[in-house]
Amino acid sequence: MKQIKGVLQFLYLTMSICLLFILTSAAGANQKDTEQVPGRFMARQATKAKTVWSTTDHSKHKALQQEFKSGAAITGACLSCHSEAASQFRQTIHWTWLGGSADSAKRSGKAGDSLNNFCISTNNMQDKSCSACHPGWNAKDGEINCLVCHSQAEEMNWTETFEDFHAFSGSGDPEELELAQEIQESILKSVQNIGRPTRKNCGSCHFYGGGGDGVKHGDLDSSITNPNKDLDVHMGLDGQKFECVRCHTTVNHNVAGRIYSKPATTDRKSLIEDDLTPKIMCESCHSATPHKSGSKANDHTDKVACQSCHIPQFARVNPTKMWWDWSKAGKKKKGKPYKTKDSLGKYDYMSHKGEMKWAKNVKPEYFWFNGSINTLTVKDVIDPRNVVQVSAPVGSREDINSRIFPFKVHRGKQPYDKVHKTLLAPLLSGKDGYWNTFDWQKALTKGMQAFDLPFSGQFDYVETSYVFPTTHMVAPKENVVNCIECHSRENGRLANLSGFYMPGRDSFKLMDIFGWAVIIGSLCGVVLHGLGRVFTNGRRGGK
Amino acid sequence: MSEDKMINVYLYTRYERFWHWLQMVLIFLLIVTGFEGHGLYTLFGFERAVEIHNFVGLAWLIAFAFFVFWVFTTGEWKQYVPTTKKMLAVIRYYLYGIFRGESHPVPKRKESKHNPIQRLTYLALAALLLPIQMATGFLYWGYNSWSDWGITGVSLELVAFVHMAGAFAICSFIIVHVYMTTTGHTIFAHTKAMITGWEEVEKDVKIEDWERARGEGLSLR
Ligand code: HEM
Repeated sequence: MKQIKGVLQFLYLTMSICLLFILTSAAGANQKDTEQVPGRFMARQATKAKTVWSTTDHSKHKALQQEFKSGAAITGACLSCHSEAASQFRQTIHWTWLGGSADSAKRSGKAGDSLNNFCISTNNMQDKSCSACHPGWNAKDGEINCLVCHSQAEEMNWTETFEDFHAFSGSGDPEELELAQEIQESILKSVQNIGRPTRKNCGSCHFYGGGGDGVKHGDLDSSITNPNKDLDVHMGLDGQKFECVRCHTTVNHNVAGRIYSKPATTDRKSLIEDDLTPKIMCESCHSATPHKSGSKANDHTDKVACQSCHIPQFARVNPTKMWWDWSKAGKKKKGKPYKTKDSLGKYDYMSHKGEMKWAKNVKPEYFWFNGSINTLTVKDVIDPRNVVQVSAPVGSREDINSRIFPFKVHRGKQPYDKVHKTLLAPLLSGKDGYWNTFDWQKALTKGMQAFDLPFSGQFDYVETSYVFPTTHMVAPKENVVNCIECHSRENGRLANLSGFYMPGRDSFKLMDIFGWAVIIGSLCGVVLHGLGRVFTNGRRGGK
Repeated sequence: MSEDKMINVYLYTRYERFWHWLQMVLIFLLIVTGFEGHGLYTLFGFERAVEIHNFVGLAWLIAFAFFVFWVFTTGEWKQYVPTTKKMLAVIRYYLYGIFRGESHPVPKRKESKHNPIQRLTYLALAALLLPIQMATGFLYWGYNSWSDWGITGVSLELVAFVHMAGAFAICSFIIVHVYMTTTGHTIFAHTKAMITGWEEVEKDVKIEDWERARGEGLSLR
């Protein structure tokens, strides 16, 4: 009997030790890359063939070897082969500047009623300075300009180029004729050097939104024209060298991406589940459980977007604008408009724009986000007593399609109608624009007239905010956001998100107080008891 | 107390001792990493702390299953059956008698290792507090799988609340427990017993029938 027990005990002992040993070694074992980061492995496979090849060399096409006297003529040459391109392109938001909206009564989009807190509005496309980025030769009123997106030559100012060409080519002066010849050569260079859009093509508009480098997006500026891996692991020239279209996959000239309230994609599918799915989501290539199996990070992907941890800061090379106060505009020095620069070398005051604040290496703000953004229009009624959210992410913790997502929030002050309680859209450029007249009344009247909307004549400024989802500038894995940056008592990145319990951040105040009271109580109890024993020891008689 | 009144008894088997110290190490690690996870201090760093906490927690769960098996197959569970007999005497002893140098009203024997208070405490600990801590810890750990496991109507708040309460209770237990080990006939007598298995106890003590956890007579070895 005793022996059996002994054997049993020995068994328990060895089994327990073995078990612990196995568990420890399993956790510490060196696994292969595939097991450690399956997400990276899969994504590498999905993007293996890196050279893009083509069956055509546009410089050899007869249609492109003529003298071009207008943009429309260039477009005609393109369409002589690509017969459907224009009709496809004219349907896309890149042309219409109108975004589909869940609420069909809303005309969302730049060319529609949508507002922002930068230059506020295109005034129904009547503010011509905004059209600089429209991919048409004459905004929406002419032919499409294929070259903006497809020419790989130097960027051109087409309006000036054709003006100069016409001026010089009509002249009798041989020197001017020679100049016209040179201009025509540069036109041909642009026309014959054709390819898929590169970072430079897309960036010529998207890096300069809001009228300057890095003004709007914190994660899109000229620094990612030729970034290194440190700035963006996907686009880095010393890494994967992705062009924008690598992820912004395109069907019939429709480029994948979020459009106002329309999410970039509604289902979170990887290429393994659906090989024709757009590659716009991180998960498209990396899957929903990209980290090594058993890693806690995999458990986060249902509620936390990849971007939240993998983009620790935006604007890591160039500064981005964080604040724009229109109410300060119009100050003059010696009767003249002026500008001042901040320590980053960016304008922090401009008479015709107001006060600005710029920042680098900005930590994003985090919100629940289901891929949809709610943007105010000139018609929406606001409550000027609060900060007005000109755009705000849609989502909530309860919505299964929502995840915590990082945003750049651009704040500022802009004019609103004190009577109608709507935001106002001043006309900025042109003869009657504020930048010429410095006259708010006139600029606001003209601006609202463009919409056929009333302006009471009484205005003030209201503080507003505008959001940009942060999704570019994905950092190398060494730089990801640490657990503790969110799971911490104070100043955590997610301090503003409520309605759920987060270990490390949250606690039950009363329970903590009570718990420590019990522990201190126990300590005092045993100390007193112990002291009692020491002092009464004498009475124990004996030793 | 003179030496000749004392005898050596073998109280704790090898497995029991091993289990005791293993559990001590595991619980120590769980407390240290658990309170770090609670945001109290930085020792391992949150991420490491959570990893260690989860790993040790799961290891403890498995090891505890062995302990439960041992307790039942060896009949040791009888040592934990609660009783009220002599309860008051024991309470009186710790509140009064101990200061007067009286001897313990319920001396230890192999077949009766625990006094009534210990029985109750250890039962509450092994059958209630620790399992609750393990259950809530396991739930906490498996938070992402709740829907797969068909668990609804429980919130993380609740689980964290109970787990936290358990953590405080365990800490409090440990403080009192460690102190109580010093109340043997020498300061380290109980501790030594848990290391070697042998404890010196007073001779010629009658073990009442009700006290017996083991039926195999009185043989002290
Ligand atoms: C003596 C036993 C244990 C003690 C004292 C203990 C203590 C703690 C404490 C103080 C926390 C922080 C709770 C909060 O801030 O919400 C915690 C969290 C946690 N515990 Fe335990 N725990 C124990 C056992 C276990 C076991 C057995 C498991 C799992 C099998 C476990 C899993 C977890 C998990 C997943 C968390 C949340 C993540 C973290 O903060 O580390 N615990 N524990």
